[in-house]
Formats: sequence, structure tokens, C-alpha cells
Amino acid sequence: MNATMNPGALLLERFEARAGRRRGRVRRNATLIVGCSILGIVIVATLAAPLLTPYNPNTIDPLHPLAPPLTPGHPLGTDQFGRDIFARILYGGRIDLLIAFGATGVTLVAGTAIGLFSGYAGGWADSVIMRIVDLFFAFPFFVLVIAIVAMLGPSIFNMFVAIWLTSWISYARITRGHTVLAKGREYVLAAKALGYRHSRVMLRHILPNVVSFVLIFAMVDAVGNILLGAALGFLGLGAKPPSPEWGAMIADGQNYILSSWWLSTLPGVAIVIVGVGFSLIGDGLADLLRADD
Amino acid sequence: MTEAIAISDVAPDEVLRVEGLHTFIRTEGGVVRAVDDVSFSLRRSEILGVVGESGSGKSVTCRTLMGLMPSPPAWSIGEVHYAGRPGRNLLELRGRELQQLRGAHLSMIFQDPMSALNPVMRVGDQIEEAVAAHARLGPRDRRRRALELLDRVGIPAAARRMRAYPHEFSGGMRQRVLIAAAIASRPQVLFADEPTTALDVIIQDQILSLLLELQRDFGMSMVLVSHDLGVIAEMCDRIAVMYAGQIVELADAQTLLTTPSHPYTISLLRSLPDSEHRSRYLPSIVGTPPQLIDVEPGCRFAPRCALAVEECRAWDTELIAVGDEHLVRCRRHEEARRPGAWQEQSFV
Repeated sequence: MNATMNPGALLLERFEARAGRRRGRVRRNATLIVGCSILGIVIVATLAAPLLTPYNPNTIDPLHPLAPPLTPGHPLGTDQFGRDIFARILYGGRIDLLIAFGATGVTLVAGTAIGLFSGYAGGWADSVIMRIVDLFFAFPFFVLVIAIVAMLGPSIFNMFVAIWLTSWISYARITRGHTVLAKGREYVLAAKALGYRHSRVMLRHILPNVVSFVLIFAMVDAVGNILLGAALGFLGLGAKPPSPEWGAMIADGQNYILSSWWLSTLPGVAIVIVGVGFSLIGDGLADLLRADD
Repeated sequence: MTEAIAISDVAPDEVLRVEGLHTFIRTEGGVVRAVDDVSFSLRRSEILGVVGESGSGKSVTCRTLMGLMPSPPAWSIGEVHYAGRPGRNLLELRGRELQQLRGAHLSMIFQDPMSALNPVMRVGDQIEEAVAAHARLGPRDRRRRALELLDRVGIPAAARRMRAYPHEFSGGMRQRVLIAAAIASRPQVLFADEPTTALDVIIQDQILSLLLELQRDFGMSMVLVSHDLGVIAEMCDRIAVMYAGQIVELADAQTLLTTPSHPYTISLLRSLPDSEHRSRYLPSIVGTPPQLIDVEPGCRFAPRCALAVEECRAWDTELIAVGDEHLVRCRRHEEARRPGAWQEQSFV
């Protein structure tokens, strides 16, 4: 900035600089970029698994059991049956990411819809729905999921069902709270005053203004669901052997943890990497959306 | 029931008739009598000004008439009749009927243009939405109508501005956008709830001129709510003064400004600055308005009134006709009007 500039021009320059920063916010949001990159790489790697490893994750090789990492041909070693761990982690990632997206996606949509309706309708409908939510919250979440899976029989699909049945409540509560707030805002009153249908007021005027809060939570929840999937796999309630789900792999390796640490540790590292990816996206989204206000 | 409605139906020259409107709001401290026995009629193509201080029930009255008060905690009783729905009490309309009435027949603009536009929708989309709310139009007609409207309310380069978001607009521009949305379906009645309070004086003047122009062009009736007596005096055909949830004086603008008869109105007018006595000390009204929970019987203004006597505190208030279509809620209106009655109260 040079000193001979008039004050107006100086001010203008400052404003333009600020506008520039605004545009650059997505680019500069390192958290979001790193998070997306991590998750992107993991997704591509699991989808491209056949290109990255020649092994089938379930092919037993009795001649090379418990090979340590960096063994030629087996970069992450093999397990007690001689199965390639790198291949198992890659293929198993498909299952765990499916859990993250499938379980979280459905509960996100369903919970948000229920919360939106509840908050907008108010009155007794709201009371009934929120008491149901309270009821679910009163149960220990893990115990409830385990009970449902145990009842339906252990399988990945039943695990989904258990998560769908129990996880929508958080979304419903978050959405409902923000919907009640938005309902009193003038732009919602204005939309009503112009004679818009309720569905339109809800979906076009309230939802876009509350969805950001739910999305941020969904990222945290996705991590939670991966861990839950792993935990259920570990307990033998999720993916069945020999499918290479990460939690099941950790469980399989626990007998060898002292002699062959890589069996359990490496799938755990994979979970951590995906978890960090989701968390960073959540933080980044929160920063981005907060800066908007 | 039908007969009662037939009697209280709107007269031919009226669009809206409100009788005995009460709005109660349940709060933790008790039930607030936000609107208490408000009756008025709105004539065709007239501007009715509603003036009063914050909390006097002006906005709640408008919102009740638009069916916008959240229920619970608010509920209303009374009769509201609209020329476009003969024989119906608007307070009883629900769901679809109410939705079809809003925007198309009765519309409203809000106080704060900063928060009355959806922050995450493009301005053009919001106007198009308003245009399409009560008409079947193809996308092209919709866009054309929206452009016309934005142009009509004085948004320069409307075509380019359609793609902008509300935060890119100034307060005055946003209020213009809101006005465009409110008149998109050519309503018969427009409630303007303090449309210029959040704007600076110059923009305020522009917005009021625009409203006046639109009201004349469309032959709309308008209820203009403001706490600014100057604005009301300039714009309105008739004026209702509200105090503590009640209308305390109702008359045509000329009469109300020249022969105010309620002590509150008189005090309000005396507290206006004028250009002739520049150095004059501006008298203010001593005290604060009453709480509207557990209201004391009697005249609500009595505790602050210079003319109040013991009977005022026990009086079951009602609107008294003091002249041709001039109503006052004061039993001492003659004293109030007498010149000299206020001398002892004046300041040096």
C-alpha cells in the first residue's frame, strides 16, 4: 500500500483483499483439504484393490504363514493362514467404508427428516417424537446395537439395521433444535406470510439453513460407525470370517499379538487413518460453515 | 352463529374488519395479554397507520391477522372478516385455506430486511418463488415476472442482481426485494410492520415513497405499523394509536393530529421536535408502560397520565366516540382537549 493513495482507495483495497480471502477460504482450509485427500486416497485404494495387489484376500497360503511386514511379495506380511494382509486391508476397507457411508447416510437422511418434521410441526407430534428420542437416548447405545444384532443374527446387513434403528435419534435431535430456532426467524415468517406450502417452507427455507450442523455431526458419526462396525466384527457380530473386515481382522490377530503384532495392529492403523480423515473433514466443514455466518 | 357472522361481515367499502381481537401469549411468568380488545376496519385503498411504542401490540396484531403467531403458546379470540372470504372468520382458517389467503390476498413485509430474506437462496430464486406461489407459470414467465417486479421496486440492473445472494445487498435494497416478494401476487391488503425502522433516514424516505406509489398503483389497502409518528403522519389516511395492547385513539390523520383527545396521543405529539421552537426542551412521558401480565383494572395509561383521577383507575375502559369516526379510550377526553389543561405539566 502506498502512502499517497487517498483514504477511499485504501478502504476499497482493503475490502477487495477481504473479498479475495473469502473466495480463497475453501482453498486455504487445510483441514478440509487434508481430510478429503486422506479419505479420497483410501476410497480409490479400496476400489482399485485388484490393481494394487495380486493377491486374493481370502486365498490361504500354508507355506508362508505369519510372514512379517516387508517380506518380499508381502509388503505388510501375512496372517496365520498365509493370507496377504495388505490385500485384506484393501478389500476389507470396502466393507468398512460401506458401513461408514451406508449406515451414516441412511440415518442422516432419516434422522434429519424426522427432526425437521418434529421441530416444524411442534405441538403433540413434536412431544411424541422427542419422547421416543429420549427413550432411545436412555439406553446405552452399544448395548442396544449389540442386542439388536444378536437378536437378528450376526451379519453385516443386520448390523446396518441395528445402526439405522438406533442412530437416527442424534440427527433428529440436532435438526429439531435448529429447526425450532429457524422457525422463529423472520425469513421463515416471511415465507409463510407469502403463502408458501409447509413442505416448501420446510425443505427450501429451513432445511438449507440447518443442514450444515447435521453434516458436521455426520462426519463424527461416520467415524463412530466405523469403530462400531469394527467393534461388532471384533465381537463376532458383524462381518463373518473369512471376510476381511478390519475389526474382524483385529479379533483374528489377538492370539498372535505377542509373537506377530502386525496381524492386529495394521488393520487398527487403517481404522485410525480413515477416522482421522473423517474427523478432519468434519472440522474443516465446521470452520467453513462457521465463517459463513 | 351464521347470523352473528352476517351482521359483523365487512361493509362494501371495507376490505378488512377486526372486532374484539384478543391475543394471549402463555409465558413462564403468566399469560400476556399482548392484544386486548382491538377493533378497527380497513377501507379499500386506504393506509391505516398503527403507532405505539415497543410492546404495545402493533406487531402482534399484524401477525395475528396473518395467522403467523405460533400456537401454542399464543392464541386469539375475536372476529376478523375479509372481503375476499365473506362469512368466514379469518382466525378460524387453518392449513390450506390460510396458506391460499396469505401472499395472494393478505401479505406482509417485515421490520428487519437483514433477516427476512433466506440467507442461502439467490435473490432471484426467492422472487420467482413468490411469483409462483399462487400462480401456475412456466419457468420463463416466472423469470420475466420476477424481473419486472425487481425493476418495479427500483433494483438497478435487476437481471444481474437476480443471481446475487442477500448478503450482497444493502439494507434498503433488501427491503425493496422483500416488498417485491410481498406484492408478487397482488395482495389486497399489505401489512407493513415497521418497514423502515432498520434503515437510515434517506433510505427510509425512498422506501416509504415506493410503498405509497405501489399502494396507489395497485389500489391496495395497507396497514403501516411504526413507532415513528412522523412517518405515520406523512403516509396515512387514518391513524390508530396503540398503548399496552389496546387501541387508545382512532381517527383520520387530520383529526388525530389537530385535535388529539387521548392524553397518550397528546403526550406523543408534544414529545415530537418541531422546527419553530428549536431550543425547546422535549417533554417525555414519565414512567414506563405497564406489564401485560395480571393487568390491573382501569385505564392502562392512568399511572403515567397527568390528568388521571381516582375513577380512571377503576374505569372499565371502552372506546368513546367523540366526533365523526373519532374514537378515544379516555373518560376525561374533554379535559384532555381543553387548551391549558397541559400547562401545569410543561417544562421550561
